[in-house]
Amino acid sequence: MARVELKSVRKSFGAVVAVQGADVVFEEGSFTTLLGPSGCGKTTILRMISGLETPTDGDILIGGKRINDVPIHKRNLGLVFQNYALFPHRTIGENIAFGLKYRDVAKADMARKVTEALDIVRLPGVEDRYPSQLSGGQQQRIALARAIVIEPDVLLLDEPLSALDANLREEMRVELKAIQDRIGVTSIFVTHDQSEALAMSDRIIVMSAGRIEQIGAPDEVYNRPVSEFVANFLGASNLLDAQVISRDREHVVLETAEFGRTPVPLSHAASLGDGPAAKLMIRAEKLTLAPVGQGGATAKVENVDYQGQLARYFLRVGDTPMQAMNMIDGKPFATGETVSLLLNPDACAALPPKTGAS
Amino acid sequence: MRVWSLLKFYTVLVYAFTFAPIAVVLLLAFNSSQFGGFPIEGFSLRWFRELAENEAIIRALRTSVILGLLTALIATTLGILASLALVRYRFPGKNWITTFLISPVLVPETVLAVGLLIFLRWLHMPRSFALLLIGHSIIALPFVVLVVQARLIGIRRDYEEAAMSLGANPMQTFFQITLPLLMPAVFAGALFAFTISFDNITATIFWRPSGMETVPTQIFGMLRNSVSPEINALGFVMICITVGVPLLAGALARYFARKKI
Ligand SMILES: Nc1ncnc2c1ncn2[C@@H]1O[C@H](COP(=O)(O)OP(=O)(O)OP(=O)(O)O)[C@@H](O)[C@H]1O
Ligand SMILES: [Mg+2]
Repeated sequence: MARVELKSVRKSFGAVVAVQGADVVFEEGSFTTLLGPSGCGKTTILRMISGLETPTDGDILIGGKRINDVPIHKRNLGLVFQNYALFPHRTIGENIAFGLKYRDVAKADMARKVTEALDIVRLPGVEDRYPSQLSGGQQQRIALARAIVIEPDVLLLDEPLSALDANLREEMRVELKAIQDRIGVTSIFVTHDQSEALAMSDRIIVMSAGRIEQIGAPDEVYNRPVSEFVANFLGASNLLDAQVISRDREHVVLETAEFGRTPVPLSHAASLGDGPAAKLMIRAEKLTLAPVGQGGATAKVENVDYQGQLARYFLRVGDTPMQAMNMIDGKPFATGETVSLLLNPDACAALPPKTGAS
Repeated sequence: MRVWSLLKFYTVLVYAFTFAPIAVVLLLAFNSSQFGGFPIEGFSLRWFRELAENEAIIRALRTSVILGLLTALIATTLGILASLALVRYRFPGKNWITTFLISPVLVPETVLAVGLLIFLRWLHMPRSFALLLIGHSIIALPFVVLVVQARLIGIRRDYEEAAMSLGANPMQTFFQITLPLLMPAVFAGALFAFTISFDNITATIFWRPSGMETVPTQIFGMLRNSVSPEINALGFVMICITVGVPLLAGALARYFARKKI
């Protein structure tokens, strides 16, 4: 178990800058998720920590020691891949014992450790099978067992669940988190699935185009995004052009064409600069539809996406398209209906204009 | 309908034309007649016995087998190393080196043979078994590289990366993970190399030191005097080796594959 630190790390492949300005501390025993769209540099960060890539600039520290020049096989890391990467010509037992061979482990202890690892991933007794004789979910558990049996300082997981089907994925996600809690290893997890990130992480690092956009606890990045990019990437959001009208010790009052004046809590406006322009962010699920005449903004329902207990509404307020996600209480509103749109100012956030994703 | 029967007829004819000579050789090898031709007078193993007693032929066979085995060894070793470099590493001039390695397939064998001889002359070196071995290895190398490379591309880097993350150094990773996964291709490549060397005649005629014969050059030499029935028997043996070795290898590979899974 160890703390991992990136100090102004940059990585370029020829002209492509895959990662830049990465300054992060992964606390000892924490579970951190790297989240971002395809190609934003998540894998590259993980590979640099593992030693499969060398940073172009900057330092990487594990347990306080700079390890830029330490080759991968001397770093004591657990690596779990999307495609499991179990050695097809070795039995499950041999796969799990593989890393133990390169450590001072007595023969007898080896067998015991393999059994223990299989117990941890709840697949006892499959030592003598070959990887091809296990299902995808089982193979991924073995891959996890193989990575944790060596008691790594850091566990690195690159989209370990994305090759599994939806149900299994959910189940594995819970289990993976439980195992991590139990052994307490510093874990860095890569995904582009936001629900996975929100459910599992102590902290989330949201990335975009090689840059870190925001680092924070799940509720922090979800409720208080610092940029348009983060707001859009996690959940469905509405972003409206706004003017800063006034500030006091608790609120920033924003004015929008659609909703008039809205007092946003100051804690939801951390990234807002001093200028007069701003963006008002409203989560789709924090926007409530009501029969017309109940105040708020007046909106027209353009389309309804029925999702069982939820309905997703595509609306238009004046010229502005908006989205709302509401529980269905009785009958959903229908396409073409005119409704009142109500917003809860405490669930809004104030963002600087034009940041992030551009 | 008519077109199809015609097509079938021609197909059969083409195959008959290709395989008939081989069948003739195989049949005549067992003919007891003095003359290497039809009609067949009776079944006999006489020519095989004479073959076994013909010292020149036995010597040629030994030369061919040793040459084939060594060629397989050298071409396979070099082929694996070259494939690893070409598939797993990036370096300037990679495409050129690929082309260069494959080029012996494209260059006419005669040209290659003469070229190597001139080079040797320039170095003031005599023709020798070593030269023959080097030459055969050059001819066989492209086939090994192509087979091994194709397989290596299919072996995901993940396996090697996983092994290294678990503590294996690059050398251990190669012997524990990459090589075992590569084995079928290595095996196939070695077989190719052996067969190519064993069959080769054009380049061998240029390169062999005087007095040294391989099986093909021996047959060629014997044919110049007369068509002895011994040649049919020798042809039979050669066909058995060049067809039998790959078949045997395939069977072995399947056997091992089944045992493992
Ligand atoms: N070996 C490489 N050579 C050249 N460019 C590379 C290499 N590896 C990554 N890149 C580039 O670096 C950028 C970041 O890639 P990376 O694999 O880190 O993305 P990612 O966030 O993991 O994406 P995904 O979600 O698709 O896995 C991409 O633009 C990619 O094309
Ligand atoms: Mg990736």
